[in-house]
Amino acid sequence: MAKHHIETTVNGDAVEFLCETEETLLDVLRDTLHLTGSKEGCASGDCGACSVTLDGRLVCACLVLGCEVGGRRIETIEGMAEGEALHPLQTKFLEHAALQCGICTPGFLVASRALLERNPNPSETEIRYWLAGNLCRCTGYDKIVTAVKDAAVVMRKG
Amino acid sequence: MRYEAPETVERASALLADSAGEARILAGGTDLLVQMRSDIVDPALIVDIKRIAETRWITEEPGGGWRIGAAVTGAELKEHARLKQVWPGVVEAANLIGSTQVQGRATLGGNLCNGSPAADSVPALIAAGAVATLAGPQGRRDLPVEDVMLGPRKLALGKGEFVVSFGLPPRPPRSSDAYLRFIPRTEMDIAVVGAGVSLTVDASGTITEARVSLGAVAPRVLLVREAAAAIVGSRLDRVAQDRLEAAARAACTPIDDKRGTVEFRIQIAGVLARRTALIALDRARTQ
Repeated sequence: MAKHHIETTVNGDAVEFLCETEETLLDVLRDTLHLTGSKEGCASGDCGACSVTLDGRLVCACLVLGCEVGGRRIETIEGMAEGEALHPLQTKFLEHAALQCGICTPGFLVASRALLERNPNPSETEIRYWLAGNLCRCTGYDKIVTAVKDAAVVMRKG
Repeated sequence: MRYEAPETVERASALLADSAGEARILAGGTDLLVQMRSDIVDPALIVDIKRIAETRWITEEPGGGWRIGAAVTGAELKEHARLKQVWPGVVEAANLIGSTQVQGRATLGGNLCNGSPAADSVPALIAAGAVATLAGPQGRRDLPVEDVMLGPRKLALGKGEFVVSFGLPPRPPRSSDAYLRFIPRTEMDIAVVGAGVSLTVDASGTITEARVSLGAVAPRVLLVREAAAAIVGSRLDRVAQDRLEAAARAACTPIDDKRGTVEFRIQIAGVLARRTALIALDRARTQ
C-alpha cells in the first residue's frame, strides 16, 4: 500500500509528509519532521508527554494517526517560545524549578497553555484536574501547579 | 493497513461491508490506537467516520429531543451549555472518560462500540433512554443503547453497520439525570461500578418515570427495570431507597478482578444507585 501524502500546518508552517497508516502523529512529528520536543512516555494516552493541540484541542499525539491530520492545525512545544523569548509558562517552570528530568515538561507546558487559553485564572483544583493526564515521576506536582498559577498571573497582566 | 475517511454514511458502510479482512471504525481512536499498538487488533481497514458531517453534530430537535453524533468528543459535550443543562448525567458520564487529552478525542460512539461493560457513558445513555441510529448496507435502523452491546467486545451490529448518532428523547418538565462511578482514586481510572439514573417528578415531588442502569456488574451494561419500579410512585424516601438498593444488588452478576471483588461490586452497586438517584431527584426538582 502506498504511503499517505499529508499536507498540514505545524506551528504555523505549511508541512507535508508521507506516512504509513499505522504511524501515529507522534511518530510523524518525531521521526519524520524531527520535532523531538514531544516525548513518547507510554504510547497509550496515559502519560501526556506527547501533548499537542490539534485545531486548538489538547490531545495526545500518540492517539492520533498521522494520516488523520491533513488540513488541520497542529501546535507543538517547538512553537511555544517566540525565537529566544520564552513563553511565560516556560519562564515560570524554570523559576520554580518545576522540572527535574524534563521528559514530561513539554507535555505539561502544552497542556498548561491550552488551559490558560480557556481559563486565564484557574483555581488550584482546576489546574490539577486539567493536568491529571500529564504524569511526572520526579517533582510531586506542587512546583508545576505553582508555576502554572504564577504564569497565569503574568499572562493576565499581559 | 488501509485507511479511508469517507464523507458519506453510504460510502462508509459500503467500505465496511466490502472489506475482506477485519475492519475497524476510527472515531476518537483512544481505544483503537491503544489496541493496535498492543497487538490486540490488527485491522486490514480503518474507516475514519469523522469526516461524515452528521457524526460530528449536536442538535436540539424541534420536539425537544436531541441528536448527538457518534464522533462528538467529550470536550465538545462539556462545552455545550444547553445539553449540559438538559442531560447533565450524560455529559458528566462522558466527561469521566480519561484525561483532558483523552476528552479531546474520545466519543460516545467509541465508548459504546469498544464493548466494555465498564464504559462510563453507556449507563448514562441507557438511563437516558438513548437510541443508537445505525447505518449499514440495508439502510438505517434504530436500536436502544441497551441492546447494542451483547457482551464484552460483542456488539449487535451486522457486517457493514456502524453507529452514526444517538437520539435522546424529549424531556418532560422536572426531569433530570445523573451518573456516578466508584474508582479507588479521584481521576483517570476505569469504573469498578457505574450507575446512571434518569427520572421525572410531578409537581408534588413524586417520581413518575425512572430508568436505572448499572455498569461493570455484568457482562454488559444493564438496564435494571426492577430498580426503576422500586422508586416510581415514591418521593425517594428511605423505604424507597432501600427497595432501590435491593433491586440494584439483585441485578448484579459481576466478576472478581483486580479492580473489585464480586461481593464489593454488589455492595457498591446498591450504594451508587441510591446516591445517583438522589442527585437526579435533586436536579429534577430544580429543573
